[in-house]
Amino acid sequence: MTATRVTLRLDIVSAEEAIFSGEAEMVFVTGAMGELGIAPGHAPLVTALKSGNIRVISPETKKEEVFYVKGGMLEVQPFVVTVLADTVVRAHDIDEAAALEAKARAEQALATKSTEIDFAKASAELAEAIAQIRAVQKMKAKYTNK
Amino acid sequence: MAVAKEIRAKIHSIKNTQKITRAMEMVAASKMRKVQDRMQRAKPYAHKILQVIGHLAKGHPEYRHPYLQEREIKRVGFIVVTTDRGLCGGLNSNLLKYSLQQIKKWKDQGAEINLCLVGTKAESFFKRIGGRILAHATHLGDAPKLADLIGVVKVMLTAYMDKQIDALFLCSNEFVNTMKQEPVVQQMLPIVPSTNEKLEHYWDYIYEPDNARELLDQLLSRYIESQVYRGVIENIACEQAARMVAMKNATDNATELINDLQLIYHKARQAAITRELNEIVAGAAVV
Repeated sequence: MTATRVTLRLDIVSAEEAIFSGEAEMVFVTGAMGELGIAPGHAPLVTALKSGNIRVISPETKKEEVFYVKGGMLEVQPFVVTVLADTVVRAHDIDEAAALEAKARAEQALATKSTEIDFAKASAELAEAIAQIRAVQKMKAKYTNK
Repeated sequence: MAVAKEIRAKIHSIKNTQKITRAMEMVAASKMRKVQDRMQRAKPYAHKILQVIGHLAKGHPEYRHPYLQEREIKRVGFIVVTTDRGLCGGLNSNLLKYSLQQIKKWKDQGAEINLCLVGTKAESFFKRIGGRILAHATHLGDAPKLADLIGVVKVMLTAYMDKQIDALFLCSNEFVNTMKQEPVVQQMLPIVPSTNEKLEHYWDYIYEPDNARELLDQLLSRYIESQVYRGVIENIACEQAARMVAMKNATDNATELINDLQLIYHKARQAAITRELNEIVAGAAVV
């Protein structure tokens, strides 16, 4: 790792896919505190990202590539930059709303009779289901051997 | 020829069923490949986010996030991931059985159980047998988005922060190969620190906003979400693999049935012909 290095390694990943991986001359992102330009040798930094574009200047073509992210996190080391992109716009209240919805669904659809698990009933039911499958397999084995 | 006709109708109907199972087998095979691809694509994120968490945790050894702290376990949370649809062999039954064993183990230690269900099979199962359910998500389809899971994960994370649960486990199927899927229970919270992590360079980070804890908090939540997402995706890969095998078996069984019926059909037909000939010969003899 020398100071004369003119590119940095950039990885943009989201939980669903890897978006970009390669060398870059310069990267521009929208951080939580404002627009950031990252050149090779930048001081180590961690920041949240706002939804916005990530502009990457490629070292060969000097052209700009643009990726849109809906927020996320950015980690900068002098020659390695990692963007952990979110796949959806995240905000505290949006997350909260999603959580409430999941909870409400659970309460509505699953008005179970008791909050205690009936282990005896459960294992009986499962044993039956598994036995059925086994029986079919056995019958098949017997049938083909004939 | 009445018997022969009946048998012919039966063969015809089995052939139709066979066409369906064969189509389902092929659909499952192609879906499985797609989901496996998604599994691969989700991998770099989990890897990178762990790295960043590791770096941050190293930079702040004095701060122990609740997600990383072990505490006495009085209440346990389980995220049970099943499929939405059936016709996939014993996949769900095996998973539920295994999960139940794990749940019972905690129960016997006096822990209270809280559940989070993914998939309609888990829903209907726990509906029948009871259990305290905190959140559930169903009908995620073949290509669920991370966004579909934020809600349920958030409920469990909040429960953890509020000390409604002291540990969180994920029960899902592990994709070993096409023929083999295994139910596994993984600990999500408190996060088990990976032991094979190399001691890397220590970075004195600048934080923006100037609050490492908030950033770490966000990172850890994202990490758990991505882990649950991976579990759900992997479970779908298992579902498709199991369905593929089940449908292949069904198609093979149908072939056998058709062969047998064909034999019976020929016998019946020949018997009918013989009888008719007999009658003709007998009739001629009388004349």
